[in-house]
Parts: sequence; structure tokens; C-alpha cells
Amino acid sequence: MKRKPTKHSIPTRYTLLILTGLCIIVMFVSFTLNLSGGPLNTVAGYVFVPMQKGINTIGTWFLSRADDLKSLRDVMQENRELQAEVDKLTQELSTIKLEQYELDNLRELMELDQKYPSYEKVAAHVIGNDGGNWFSIFLIDKGENDGIEKDMNVIAGSGLVGIVIDTGPNYAKVRSIIDDASNVSGMSLSTADRCIISGNLATMNEQQVIAFTDLKCDDNAVSTGEQMVTSHISDKYLEGILIGYVSSIERDSNNLTYSGTITPAVDFQHLREVLVILDKKNMGDQQEGQETPKNTKQQKTKEKQKKQEGSQ
Amino acid sequence: MKLRRKFAVFAIVTICFLLQSTLFQALSFASISPNLLIVAVSSFGFMRGRKEGMWIGFFCGLLLDIFYGSVIGFYALIYSYIGYVNGFFRKMFFPDDIKLPLILIALSDFSCNFMVYVFLFFLRRKFRFNYYLLHIMLPELVYTILVTIILYFIILKINQKLEAIERRSANKFV
Repeated sequence: MKRKPTKHSIPTRYTLLILTGLCIIVMFVSFTLNLSGGPLNTVAGYVFVPMQKGINTIGTWFLSRADDLKSLRDVMQENRELQAEVDKLTQELSTIKLEQYELDNLRELMELDQKYPSYEKVAAHVIGNDGGNWFSIFLIDKGENDGIEKDMNVIAGSGLVGIVIDTGPNYAKVRSIIDDASNVSGMSLSTADRCIISGNLATMNEQQVIAFTDLKCDDNAVSTGEQMVTSHISDKYLEGILIGYVSSIERDSNNLTYSGTITPAVDFQHLREVLVILDKKNMGDQQEGQETPKNTKQQKTKEKQKKQEGSQ
Repeated sequence: MKLRRKFAVFAIVTICFLLQSTLFQALSFASISPNLLIVAVSSFGFMRGRKEGMWIGFFCGLLLDIFYGSVIGFYALIYSYIGYVNGFFRKMFFPDDIKLPLILIALSDFSCNFMVYVFLFFLRRKFRFNYYLLHIMLPELVYTILVTIILYFIILKINQKLEAIERRSANKFV
């Protein structure tokens, strides 16, 4: 490019100033109004997501070929062992089925089955990780076209992975619970004591654990190995999804609360497939239904609070 | 900017972005991966001057914002400044000398990470600067420089090709 200033060109430093102003305004707007890219998401989604998917498919193919060769021998032996185990387990299963049937009947009687409803889920592939090393945000290959919305919970296996924070037509952005900016309201499974579970880059790098704080419980009621699940007061996370196991716990200096670390139930290093729960926590739905001009302002402040909980 | 050049830059940025978010995440050492976009932005900055560096930085940053940022515009701002500042070194830049590019890219990567730390971590009361310096910034710096040694020459060759083509077509008109 020749640097030949013509009559109409603006000096570069003014362009830089204009860009700076533009960026700051957009940052402010998208932070306060909680907006996402909108049309930008759509365009970028259709251009880049197919390519990312392609690279991932190729990569996965190579990986699986390599794995195949390596594990063929192991598999043969394992197969024989497993066959023996299958026989044993089939026997056990029939006994358990009988018991399950009995349990179902009893549950129905007590009307407990609505406490743990089976949620509707959609499976998705992880197609890209956060380019930098600071945060743990990843992309999945399902988006608005598949019914995915913001604030839906994402799980893998039986553990909580994170929450959808933004969607495009064919992709969705997920903030995992180990992300440094993620906070989840959790509780211990056995005693139902609540705490705040926050992702932490430093502890995650050092020991593969995340931190929890403000756990109020009786003396030594919660010990290491305790299961931590999402709590009933969280307004974004569905109740009772496993987050992880307590790996260390200490009494805070105020002698009232406990804090410590949790080993997540999900292996975030090798995350390839996740499940998105299509049901959202009820609170949000009801509010959306009641929206009238009168309480729009109220709702906006509510949304702001929610956003702070989710993204701080 | 000529259409051919635009297309080439778009291809380079796309490839860097895709590799950074897929392949190099799989090739990460101790969960650290290199920053390819900063290499592209920085090298276009000192090879082509302030204006192009700024615009390429802006669009690279915007791409990161859309897919992985929490607010739109944050990375766009940082990257466009990095491209712009690198443009000041155009006069000192000679293609055969790799010392200046390495130093500039290293400085760019470090300052980008430093900004991210200040705005997204320090302001959230995460004060362990030494830890983040030793475990995030410096490893990324080293890894990025290793990748730069290869990637820089690819970008340099493409740029020289483009400049040769542009010069030829400019001569035709004269």
C-alpha cells in the first residue's frame, strides 16, 4: 500500500481515535444492556463454524485411528473379561429391576417423581476452545437453530460443565465452571448447606481443583469427599446437578464459614461431547411471560443482577 | 488495499484463528497454547505500516470478541492498538533480519496479556501478578516465539509475493 495522502483520506491517527471511541461505546453498550453480537454472530457463525467443524472432524479422525491401532490388543483381552462380567451383571440387573419397579411404585405414591424430572437434552460437539490461556470458554456446534438459548445448563456425563452465555444460529458459547469468571451457587448433597463455587485459573492450573467459599455448616458436617451439587436457590442452574467432590476444606478466620477446594466431576481436559439441557430454570420463564410495559424496568434491573451473578 | 491483498490477509487471519482455537489447543503444553493472531497482527503492522496493522488488528480482535469474549470490543481495541504501534517500526524493518520481528512480536504478546490481566483479572481482585506472570504470560510468550519462527517466514513470503505482484501491475500502468 502506498502512503500517498490524497485529498479525501483521513490521517491514520484519527481513524485510530474513531476506532477507539467505537470500541469503547460498543463495550459499554454490550456490557450494560447485556447484548451480544446480533447480526455479527450470524455472519461469523456461518463463515467460521463450518471450518472449525471440519478441522475437528479431521483431527478426531486421526486421533481415533491412532487410538484404534494402540488399543486393539487391549480391547481383545478386555472383551473376554467383560463378557464374563456381563453374565454376572445380567443376573444382578434382573434383581435390581424388580427392586426398581417396587421403588417406582412407592415414589409414585409419594409423588416424589417430579423432584428429579428427566430433562430434555441435546447432544453437541465441542468445536473450538478459547484461543487464549486466560479463560475457559468453548464453542459447541448446536445453536439457536437447534433450540438452544442463553442460560441453558450444559452437562457431560453426570457432572455440570457450564452454562450457555451466547448463541449464534449454528453455534453456542459456553462458559465452563472452571472459568475464572464463573460463579455457581452450590450445596453439599448430604446436609444441603449452601456455598459459592467459583472457578479459579490458578488452582485449576496447579491442582486441577476449583474453589468454594462461604459454606455455612455445623462443625465438621462437611468433610472431604462430600458431593457438591447445584443449589435450589440458584436462578440459572437447575437443582441437583453434580459439580464435584470436596477435596479440601478449612474453617475461615471468622469461625463461621468454611472454604476449600472441589475436584470437578467432569474431565475438562478431554471434553469432546456435551449435553445441553433444554429446560431452563422456571423463574426466568415466568418473568418473560409476565412482561408488560409497566414492569420492564424492574425486569431490567433483575436481569442485571442475574448477569452479575453469572459473569462475575 | 487491493482485492487480492484483502483476500490473502483474510485467509491468513482465518487460518491463524482456526488453528489457534482447534489444533493448537490440542497441542498445548501444560494447558498453554500460542497466540497466532498476535503474530499475524504484529507482523502485518511492521511490514505494512500503521494503517493496515490497525485495521487487521481490529478485525482479528473482533473475531475473538464474537467467539470467545465476554464483551464485544475489548480485544478489538487492544489488537488494533498493537497493530498501530507495530506500524511505527516499519522504517526499522528489514526482511532478512529476524531479531526485530521476534522482539516486536514478543513485546506485543506480552503487552496483550498484560492488558488482559489488568482489565479482566486485576480489576476483579486477583492480585497474584507473579503467579500469572510465571504460569500464563511467560509460557505463552515462549511458545508463541517458537511458533513465530515458522509462521513469520510464511507471512513474510506471502507479503513479498503480494508486493512483487502489486509492483508489477503498478508498472504496467506507467
